[in-house]
Amino acid sequence: MATQVVMEALSPTMEEGRLVEWKKQPGDSIVVGDVLAEVETDKAVMELVARVGGVLLGHLVPAGTIVPTAEGVAWIGAAGDVMPGAVARAVTSDAPLAAGAGATNAVIAASAAPTSGVVATDLVGAGSAPPAAIVASTPATAGALPMTAASSALKASPLARKMATEQGLDLRAIAGTGPDGRIIQRDIEAALAGGTAPRLSASTPAPAPAAPARRITTDGPGYEDVPLSQIRKTIAARLVQSIGPIPTFYLTADVDMERVAELRALLPPEPKVTSNDIILKSVANALAQHPECNAWWQGEHGTIRRWHEVHLAVAVAIEEGLITPVIRHADRLSLREIATASRDLVARAKARKLSPAEYTGSTFSVSNLGMLGIDEFTAIINPPEAGILAIGRIEPKPVVYDGTVQVRRRLRITLSCDHRVIDGAVGARFLQTLVRMLENPLALVW
Amino acid sequence: MAVITYRDALNQALREEMHHDTSVFLMGEEVAVYQGAYKVSRGLLDEFGPMRVVDTPITELGFAGLGVGAAMVGLKPVIEFMTWNFALLAIDQIVNSAAKMRYMSGGQVPMSIVFRGPGGSALQLGAQHSQSFESWYAHIPGLKVVMPATPADAKGLLKAAIRDPDPVVFIEGEMLYNTKGEVPDGEHIVPIGKADIKRAGRDVTIICHSKTVPIALKAAEQLAADDVDAEVIDLRTIRPLDVPTILASVAKTHRCVVAEEGWHFCGIGAQVVDEIQKAIFDDLDAPVLRVTGADVPMPYNKHLEKASKVDVAKIIAAVNTVCYRS
Amino acid sequence: MTAPSKPKKTVPKRTATGRVDGPTAEMYRDWLRQMLLIRRFEEKAGEAYSLGKVGGFCHLYIGQEAVAVGSLAALRKDDYITCSYREHGHALARGISAKRCMAELFGKAAVTSGGKGASMHCFDASLGFLGGHGIVGGHIPLTTGMAFAAKYRNTDQVAVCYFGEAAVNNGAFHEALNMAALWKLPAIYICENNRYGMGTALERASAVYDISERARIYDMAKEAVDGQDVLTVYEAMCRAVKRAREEKAPTLLEIRTYRFMGHSMSDPIHGHYRTKDEVEEQRLRDPIRVWLEHLTAEKLLQDAEAKAMDAAAITESEEAFVFADAAPEPEPGELYTDVYAPVNGVR
Repeated sequence: MATQVVMEALSPTMEEGRLVEWKKQPGDSIVVGDVLAEVETDKAVMELVARVGGVLLGHLVPAGTIVPTAEGVAWIGAAGDVMPGAVARAVTSDAPLAAGAGATNAVIAASAAPTSGVVATDLVGAGSAPPAAIVASTPATAGALPMTAASSALKASPLARKMATEQGLDLRAIAGTGPDGRIIQRDIEAALAGGTAPRLSASTPAPAPAAPARRITTDGPGYEDVPLSQIRKTIAARLVQSIGPIPTFYLTADVDMERVAELRALLPPEPKVTSNDIILKSVANALAQHPECNAWWQGEHGTIRRWHEVHLAVAVAIEEGLITPVIRHADRLSLREIATASRDLVARAKARKLSPAEYTGSTFSVSNLGMLGIDEFTAIINPPEAGILAIGRIEPKPVVYDGTVQVRRRLRITLSCDHRVIDGAVGARFLQTLVRMLENPLALVW
Repeated sequence: MAVITYRDALNQALREEMHHDTSVFLMGEEVAVYQGAYKVSRGLLDEFGPMRVVDTPITELGFAGLGVGAAMVGLKPVIEFMTWNFALLAIDQIVNSAAKMRYMSGGQVPMSIVFRGPGGSALQLGAQHSQSFESWYAHIPGLKVVMPATPADAKGLLKAAIRDPDPVVFIEGEMLYNTKGEVPDGEHIVPIGKADIKRAGRDVTIICHSKTVPIALKAAEQLAADDVDAEVIDLRTIRPLDVPTILASVAKTHRCVVAEEGWHFCGIGAQVVDEIQKAIFDDLDAPVLRVTGADVPMPYNKHLEKASKVDVAKIIAAVNTVCYRS
Repeated sequence: MTAPSKPKKTVPKRTATGRVDGPTAEMYRDWLRQMLLIRRFEEKAGEAYSLGKVGGFCHLYIGQEAVAVGSLAALRKDDYITCSYREHGHALARGISAKRCMAELFGKAAVTSGGKGASMHCFDASLGFLGGHGIVGGHIPLTTGMAFAAKYRNTDQVAVCYFGEAAVNNGAFHEALNMAALWKLPAIYICENNRYGMGTALERASAVYDISERARIYDMAKEAVDGQDVLTVYEAMCRAVKRAREEKAPTLLEIRTYRFMGHSMSDPIHGHYRTKDEVEEQRLRDPIRVWLEHLTAEKLLQDAEAKAMDAAAITESEEAFVFADAAPEPEPGELYTDVYAPVNGVR
């Protein structure tokens, strides 16, 4: 019996897609997972993947056609089957997505409104991924997680689910140590305690305590939700009135970039490390030390989400506009890794080949217009993030340095802050740390 | 506080209650002249005479029915079955007469009767002499089912059972008769319908009754050495079940193992698990597991019999599973 | 196997007066009154059953009235009685009113068993009427227990058990009688031998036809009497009661009788297991007719009185029907009462 291939919703907001190119022709033998066609969505060019095996009986639309989601585009059947007429078939919101180019990543789509707050489970290096990706059904509130369609595939004990709901934890971000990956009490406790060994398992030794000012977790969601204090609420209410939805203020710093240039010269030629890479790495490390600036405004829930993980969005100009690929766990990547990731992401962004997981879920953004000759500028914050750093041009300038006037490479950076989350002094302290790192790149190994 | 055997604790209870109320009498096979097949009634014939300590022919249905008839007109019989295996012959009287008389008569007819004797297995007694029937009796509305595990509970619960106005199925443990324990001095009555936390703990609840109680306590000791703190609950009364104590414990520990000597299918544990899952589902970190006797007639061979029974290792294995320890 | 006795065609002559401990004329008349009430009540009950007012099982006593009336007349108020499920006649003869008895059959509240027992489980502890039991032979050991209690308490109470001849092959019968004889208990085991255990004739169920013979193996006193003559029943019962009260010894009393209706309301009068002729022949010895003839012959009763008695019995039965029909149902909450003894006064 023949099976219809339909235009799938390859991103949560996709309502139609342009079938750019057929990769399989009528008569071709099809195996589950084969790429049938390339489809351009509102965000990227995605692959339409075969869900059944057989023979491609025929195309229903030619390449270049714009097809609404759920409409038929082709038929797969047994050899010799006749291709029926195209029939629209309802696709539920739980329909699995085609896996992205990197099939090892499970794809979790967040809604276009970034306030969804659902972060892709970090499965880099997680091994085999489930063949069907999981879609978060309209997560209206960032905190309410366990009952989504996605988590119904999750195994978690009733107690673990209850604890997760009470603590506002994302079950999908928690690794389960029970049978079949069941999330159990000790997994939730570990997530809350940030890596402390569960009491029941005497075999796991307690890890050495992390440095007091900085805490990195691999398990758990990597953030905590801090309830708004009265001061916070007042600031938020009043400043919103004066300046618009996000009460923004701007902090500018003038940075000496000589040492960065020296560092660049010392590094091996491959992979090529740009100043921007070093800036990104410094920003990431500085954010790890200042989680108050690595945060999301969640005023509608009465909380601010302070992330302990750093996922940097890098603004990339593309033909149609702007896209922001995300370097995940930027604070834990080496300079070399950041350089590689950055280059790869930018290239794929320009080619419109990013998967939704790769352009969502950032905790802070960086925008660099220096290469376009801008000395300094103020960037617009990407909600729900609390801050964005605007990087200008690195340029030799005369400055007073060590008592004398010298010509040194200088850079002006501007931090835009959401005053509801970040106060002046807080932002300034972060900027101080960042500047210190840039001016003393050895601090990168701190 | 005296340290006495479970057997002597029962003996004391009988003696005290027969003094306390002259309508109490003991009837069964070998209870009088022989001093009791398991010596539970030792000395009672001399003390109370043949009208109150009555030897019967081997006629379980008959003397169980006699007891019921006597209870219907206000006496308080203690009917002993040499073992509960033989009570199958009398079950019509226990279920169709004793359990239902009050209800069928609209509350007119009293039924203060105790049916007692040893239940469960001993050593190599074979298929017909090793059975646990508490599930059968616990199933019947109108009956109460009591199963003490310690000398103190044996004495206190037998006294309570004799004083109870309802028919009580009192199942002792043959292998427990020789066990010793502290029994409080003076009037010691244990309420029917109350479980007992024999060992407090935090990590897992082990629910057990009768012979599985000492096994569970041993398992708890070994688990403690391995850093698992088990709470052991002795049900003591099977019907009515002390659900609040069970729920409070499992809500605290979040993990539970139910152990019983009897067969698996429709055993007491099945009811306990139902009570837990329907009331505190969200407090469970793992499914509730049951440890039971093997689902076979009891074999004679020593090793096969041992393999069929609940033991410390099986309880520990179940605890490890619910605690996610491999 | 001895053949069943042929029905007698005449009644032996007796005089009501001149006996030192004998019954009075008033008692004789009262026996007729009671038998008539039982007859008319049972007919009414049968009618109620076919109207759907009585459900479940309904076993009628029609034809056996003399057994209940004659034997219960010999007892005291403080004696104990247990019956099988064919107990309406005994309940009435013992003193439970027709109204209350009918209401129990209808399953109504606040009468005898509160609607929870019905036809098979009538109880009135105040009259020593302790059921109404459904398991054939299951109640026989209960009577042994009640007799045991009388001995235990050193009273001269008697415990009486009514059962049919089909119960005597049951283990409970054997065990109960053995203990009663062994321990010398004041029990009377009355076997109402109506010759059929449901659809099985006695000769197909028992190796030995004479029920009373079974007493021999217990060395128990025994008698076998004609159950269609109420005076015969009464006198046999008096002997057994005397033995129980004075000697504390049990008796097996076989009373040979006949039921004119089927085993229960779902059983036909004849056809399967007994012939119409047989039933017709037995009707010639209808105990009411037998007794009526005797009283008339002895000039203890006028024809008009007899008719009045019958009319009264019919009226009483009809009033019982009306009463029962109008009586309230038990409250739904009664479902859960009396499973266990009251706690702090709450059922």
